[in-house]
Amino acid sequence: MSKPDSACALVTGGSRGIGAAIAVGLAEDGWPVVVNYRSDGDAAARTVAAIEAKGGRAVAVAADVSDRVQAERLLDESVEAIGPVLCLVNNAGVRADNLAVSLSDDEWDAVLTTNLTGSFRLTRLALRTMIRARFGRVIGIASIVGPRANAGQANYAAAKAGLIGMSKTVAVEVASRGVTVNTVAPGFIETDMTRDVLERAASAVPARRAGRVEEVAACVRFLASDAAGYVTGTTVFVDGGLAA
Amino acid sequence: MASTITKDQVEGVVTDALVKFGTERELITPEVTFESLDIDSLDLFELGQIIEEEFSIELKGSDVKDIATVGDLVHVVAALA
Repeated sequence: MSKPDSACALVTGGSRGIGAAIAVGLAEDGWPVVVNYRSDGDAAARTVAAIEAKGGRAVAVAADVSDRVQAERLLDESVEAIGPVLCLVNNAGVRADNLAVSLSDDEWDAVLTTNLTGSFRLTRLALRTMIRARFGRVIGIASIVGPRANAGQANYAAAKAGLIGMSKTVAVEVASRGVTVNTVAPGFIETDMTRDVLERAASAVPARRAGRVEEVAACVRFLASDAAGYVTGTTVFVDGGLAA
Repeated sequence: MASTITKDQVEGVVTDALVKFGTERELITPEVTFESLDIDSLDLFELGQIIEEEFSIELKGSDVKDIATVGDLVHVVAALA
């Protein structure tokens, strides 16, 4: 089954960094894109402008995906603005790093709610349409943290490992309906979110460099494509060999 | 709309949906079980969505938990509508 013409892609946290690169890349592949953002409307507008400058179609929609009501509204507004969401990229994420002995309940909850619960809720909603359409692509942006340890990120690791586990199970549930569910696990990628840890971390990477956001987006673009229809329930590491 | 729905209308919607899922039309009778038609839980979820949209009703889990046959479902939906 090929992507229906009326379909759109929703990229959460699509205003900056990896999310913005994914939004631009999917638009280059012909997807009309909803660029979701929580607070940085200017950055979202720049991403939309970048897509439109290349002849693509995009709209920016504000919503905090950790909020159930806002997440539901995000799906509704996406459908109204462009069309049914048949490609969902759960990219929105936050960090609240601390050693486990010092990690507060608030820091734990904030990361789990946005990175994992928010992804689940949006996936649950989007699947209803995807199942009926007999086509869908759900792509979670996980992390090498989760499959691997990283001191100071027990909450982030739990959320990202949870995203991988959730995706595998959902993939099995909906595979017979032409809906694929996968995760992409970036390693050290140059973004605003990672700038503070990148320099000391890159020396541990076999490729001896940090990755680029476009290299993560390339994997998402493949997983969203018709060509990836038989790829489901898996995780693609984009990490310069770090997890090997 | 709800007060004007007949069992025949519900049967028609259910039958059309089951045919769309791949069931042969002649196998669909009130007595036949969904299990014997190879209708899985995801099909039943989708069938519920179709019924809700078609008849503007809400099917709760408690409404459908004991449904085994096509006739069971038609009876429940017609009673709700």
